[in-house]
Amino acid sequence: MSTTPLVEMENISIAFGGVHAVDDASADLHAGEVVALLGHNGAGKSTLIKILSGAYKRDSGTIRISGDEAVINNPRDAKAYGIETIYQTLALADNVDTAANLYLGREIMTPWGTLDDVAMEAKAREVMGRLNPRFQRFKDPVKALSGGQRQSVAIARAILFNARILIMDEPTAALGPQETAQVGELIQQLKSEGIGIFLISHDIHDVFHLADRVIVMKNGRVVGAARVGDVTEDEVLGMIILGKCPPGAVPGPGAMSGTGGV
Amino acid sequence: MSDIASTGSNSTDGARAAELGIIARFFKATELDTRLLGMILAMLIIWIVFHVLSGGLFLTPRNLWNLSVQTASIAVMATGMVLVIVTRNIDLSVGSILGFVGMIMGVTQAELLPQVLGFGNPATWIVTLAFGILVGAAIGGLQGFIIAFLGVPSFIVTLGGLLVWRGAAWWVTSGRTVAPMDATFRLMGGGPSGSIGATWSWVVAAVACLGIIAYIVNARRQRKRFNFPRRPIWAEVLLAAVGSALVLGAVAIANSYPWPSGIVRRYAEEHDITVPEGGLFIAHGIAIPVLIAVAVGIVMTFLTTRTRFGRYVFALGGNPEAAELAGINTKWVITKIFMLMGVLCAISAAISTARLNAATNAQGTLDELLTIAAAVIGGTSLGGGIGTIAGAMLGAVMMQSLSSGMVLLGLDTPLQNIVVGVVLVIAVWLDTLYRRRIS
Repeated sequence: MSTTPLVEMENISIAFGGVHAVDDASADLHAGEVVALLGHNGAGKSTLIKILSGAYKRDSGTIRISGDEAVINNPRDAKAYGIETIYQTLALADNVDTAANLYLGREIMTPWGTLDDVAMEAKAREVMGRLNPRFQRFKDPVKALSGGQRQSVAIARAILFNARILIMDEPTAALGPQETAQVGELIQQLKSEGIGIFLISHDIHDVFHLADRVIVMKNGRVVGAARVGDVTEDEVLGMIILGKCPPGAVPGPGAMSGTGGV
Repeated sequence: MSDIASTGSNSTDGARAAELGIIARFFKATELDTRLLGMILAMLIIWIVFHVLSGGLFLTPRNLWNLSVQTASIAVMATGMVLVIVTRNIDLSVGSILGFVGMIMGVTQAELLPQVLGFGNPATWIVTLAFGILVGAAIGGLQGFIIAFLGVPSFIVTLGGLLVWRGAAWWVTSGRTVAPMDATFRLMGGGPSGSIGATWSWVVAAVACLGIIAYIVNARRQRKRFNFPRRPIWAEVLLAAVGSALVLGAVAIANSYPWPSGIVRRYAEEHDITVPEGGLFIAHGIAIPVLIAVAVGIVMTFLTTRTRFGRYVFALGGNPEAAELAGINTKWVITKIFMLMGVLCAISAAISTARLNAATNAQGTLDELLTIAAAVIGGTSLGGGIGTIAGAMLGAVMMQSLSSGMVLLGLDTPLQNIVVGVVLVIAVWLDTLYRRRIS
């Protein structure tokens, strides 16, 4: 693509007590594109993405948003760039209700500077109605909801504020087949609205048909990136498990040296 | 008719409501907090038992009035302790901060300000109180900063604070007791002159009743604006009626406790009133410390339920990581909570030094435990995320009822401690059972 990417992460590194969780990793994302970030548990994909969402502070590397270098030191900075994240843990405050979670950190206020709970609940009913029409439990704390409902709340929170860049960390982990299909439709819809989406998964089958490109990580390094049409699922599996970069992919620093190896 | 429309549109809820029994339907309609009601019931039982055992001494205007005054100081601090515990912290230093700030306020009004403003200056009390609140906020802010930004556990920081501020309280005057307090300042401690009298008490009651009705009407209007399900009209009327009745009843009790005859006689002489046959009845009315506590309770409830800060406090308690990821400046929120706790300690210090008419370096000793117990009995969960201001204040009344009742029965202090300790454990155990059952 010739246009300026929405997100460019270049040579990102972060270490926790001597362990290189992410080592010299680069990834990019265009508007209206779904990029699947694949790898085993512990491959560094969640960590890389948490650097983009502001949860972790990188040791080195640069992040550019729409071509301009971005300063992201905390989640607030990331949100200011229109980066919204659905975390694997969902990151919901269990003891407060749905509306409070949706607006956490960005509450609607009345002209007197108090919380406008009624307005927030009204908007929550509207958004949740779109995502999960049967959802009715607006008075209950989020703790009382089912796994799928909690997931809906986390997703609703991410799309409520006109995100430009959406990060979904294992978004379908807690969902049944029907809800998973719903999330798939949602991704297609958001994509058509021009939102760039990072989709993180350890299970290639979940995301292969949704993604435009895949980026595979192993041991904190990028094995390679490929357009979905240029590689097969088996080849991507080979990248995930062995770190072997197929001919259709662009190898990264984590690719096994020597194409004929193993 | 709009109610019928709203329940009709929500057929699943309507169907479910029909299956519920009459009691369950009542609670669903009124949206009352069953836990809080349970507490009130438990407290009434305690009151009645003490009343019977003491031969009719407990449920008298005099005892209830005293109970309200004695509760004020702990109740004020308990409202802050709720926020501290909700965010999974603890503050063991509140008693010592109370002692230190009390000492500072004592010296300020009895020794420093008279040199500047002269004795009996009407501004003395307000300058003293403002300075005390400032010192309290600074102490709380310092502790909060160490907890939030330096990452030292609150248990340790405030355990240190418990020792530091108690020692500092001694240091202010090398252990000397400061007395007497400024005459106006003393009104904050209650007593016949530190109460607002019958007329003003009724005025307060009327304002409170109007406030309750305005609140209910406004809440209903808000929900109507967005077409949300509303409580049935009978439930709204019932809530307004019961709320108003409680306020009026409490004021009636406060107004039926007369000044002691000696004070009445002196007052009559000073004001050239002839005391009629059978004595002159001058009612106490609501005590000023009680008004302060109630005002603090209202402000704190507003803060926790209607402001961003309160929302963040609870979100932080429910899931600190989620709060952080939502972009909340969690460290600053924690610092503010401890600062607020310091301010509340200063208010309590004002109440208790005014009531004692002296500042001593032992003031507030063990108050931290009573405050924590009040918050916990009032339903604040040590696991974080759960707690209400009203519950904590009720918890404070409960603790004070126990000790005051046992004093009436003439129980020895060691036995009193044993009973309070056992009650605390049982109360929290019952609460655990209750929570497990509803979840």
